[in-house]
Amino acid sequence: MKLAVQGRTAYAYTGGKPFAADGPCVVFIHGALNDHSVWTLLARWYAHHGHRVLAVDQPGHGRSDGPALASVEALADWVLALLDAAGVERACLVGHSMGSLVALEAAGRAPARAAGLVMVGTAYPMKVSDALLATARDDPSRAIAMVNAFSHSGLASKPSYPGPGAWLRGGSSALMHRIQGDADGNLFEHDFRVCDAYANGIEAARRVTCPAHLIVGSRDVMTPIKATKELAGMLNAGVSRIASGHALMQEAPDAVLNAMRQAITA
Amino acid sequence: MPGPSDPSFDTLALHAGAAPDPATGARATPLHLTTSFVFESSEHAASLFNMERAGHVYSRISNPTTAVFEERVAALEGGIGAIATASGQAALHLAIATIAGAGAHIVASTALYGGSHNLLAYTLARFGIETTFVKPRDIDAWRAAIRPNTRLVFGETLGNPGLDVLDIPRIAAIAHEAGLPLLVDSTFTTPWLQQPFKLGADLAIHSATKFLSGHGTVVGGVLVDSGRFDWERSGRFPELSEPYAGFHDMVFTEESTVGAFLLRARREGLRDFGACMSPHTAWLILQGLETLPLRMERHVANARKVAHFLAAHPLVAQVGYPELESHPDHALARTLLPRGCGSVFSFDLRGTRAQGVAFIEALQLFSHLANVGDCRSLVIHPASTTHFRMDDAALAAAGIGPGTIRLSIGLEDADDLIVDLKAALKAAERAVA
Repeated sequence: MKLAVQGRTAYAYTGGKPFAADGPCVVFIHGALNDHSVWTLLARWYAHHGHRVLAVDQPGHGRSDGPALASVEALADWVLALLDAAGVERACLVGHSMGSLVALEAAGRAPARAAGLVMVGTAYPMKVSDALLATARDDPSRAIAMVNAFSHSGLASKPSYPGPGAWLRGGSSALMHRIQGDADGNLFEHDFRVCDAYANGIEAARRVTCPAHLIVGSRDVMTPIKATKELAGMLNAGVSRIASGHALMQEAPDAVLNAMRQAITA
Repeated sequence: MPGPSDPSFDTLALHAGAAPDPATGARATPLHLTTSFVFESSEHAASLFNMERAGHVYSRISNPTTAVFEERVAALEGGIGAIATASGQAALHLAIATIAGAGAHIVASTALYGGSHNLLAYTLARFGIETTFVKPRDIDAWRAAIRPNTRLVFGETLGNPGLDVLDIPRIAAIAHEAGLPLLVDSTFTTPWLQQPFKLGADLAIHSATKFLSGHGTVVGGVLVDSGRFDWERSGRFPELSEPYAGFHDMVFTEESTVGAFLLRARREGLRDFGACMSPHTAWLILQGLETLPLRMERHVANARKVAHFLAAHPLVAQVGYPELESHPDHALARTLLPRGCGSVFSFDLRGTRAQGVAFIEALQLFSHLANVGDCRSLVIHPASTTHFRMDDAALAAAGIGPGTIRLSIGLEDADDLIVDLKAALKAAERAVA
């Protein structure tokens, strides 16, 4: 559905059901150069199991008007404004990669509005190497190929996403190229710089009051497990380790769902 | 900066979509000959049907063995996914039926396999889908043929029967200007010779019966999506961008930004038309795919030798092989098909239908049958078989002469093939006397 957020049109996928007036709400926030479609299986499951769902396209990504916002903090404010626009008082905030930082920051900024925090494929700090930033600036297609290869842990993840017969690496690459191609300017470099620049994670974690859970890939080389230790401690978070690379929702959709069910119920 | 990238083609041909079986440790892809898959619970069943979870329900829609084949072909093509079908014809039908209905229009090349031409010219016309055929080299004709109700542009990467080389970059640009996808039939080229998505095509089909299988054992097809065409932005495809009452009011372009086409093709096309591939067929084609790079290299090397031999023979009027300078698309082939032009081509004997028949009947290694892309060399004489009912004038209009012979060059020793051809040419020579 379309919402007016901070004066611009924002899009949120509602899981294949109309967005209800009340009920528990789950907000899904995608990572760099992605859109809502990385969440559709999970979003459909929650929408058909008693939840309202908002799987957002961040500003400047997919169906949401640009420009892209310049920082994790600005994106967190945008998520909270989106909740206002949708008439949602409290929601469980679920984010992947860059989106996990946005969820963290939003939960820290408005603790009373976060019913839960789930960070998928996360790390803090989420530093990006100078070499990758330079490649993202100079040769985005090459950088997309590199990140795509980094993000997948194998050549066969079953039952695949969104279903059998899908070639995950091809799908991820096509999505990144689509989002980059539709954007004004070099969105890939922009998003990676947003991740790299975020420095408020520990302070945000200190303010979070809701239950928190981290879902991490044991074969993730983009956001390796060791880079989550301090954050998990600060949040007193439960941690689910899944046999996956960074593209957890695509490589292991059922395992992520099982971990989320555990986290959100808790 | 140097960095990681996906594995190369030869590695993907062996590994993409498959891993050792987690249940048994089997290294080769297991053959799952089962119609159905047990649900863990009623809730699990409902979530699979409602696309809340990914998984297998019924082998008409998906099957673990077939999925390996689909994912591997998609990887080799540089696509996002694929759907295996009962035949190449079923793949073409699935592609069209997913985005076109009564009142729709297609622009297609004249240089098509006869079965594809029949489907477009006669059978789909009966269902209200009209096709305008254009000469593949007439670039302006492609543009001129597009109408407001056009939904698809279609051609073969190497066209029948003269191996016209489809100028994919230019034709894709024309299609995209009009908000239309370009579908190509890549059967003759395979992704080893050409990856059409890199050149601008949006969808590809194969008769997997041919080179992908490579052993002349099974009939199958596959439809691959590049994920690059923006169906919603085009504005011509409500089948994908508006709620579909036939499947939970799903808006496929919202469900999957890049995979909307395949979602509908599987959830509607396989479900309702049902032209699925047997897992046994998929398993057999996977054996072929594993050696596709090795086989295609040899197919092309052999075809090259045979084509040059025939081109120099006094009884041969012409050889229609784009690697030869005499072919009208020679220059284009060097650009778009740098690895070679496949191993199926035609040549014209200087002589009568009777001489053509004598040539065919004298061959020992070449098998006389109606197929291509086998590991064994094949031959057919269109004037006495597939086009038997046509007179010489009608044959000429179809680009076929009374002495036209089509060869599919296999993996035998090329010198043995040339010996066989030499003897048959001698027999044809004698037949005139």
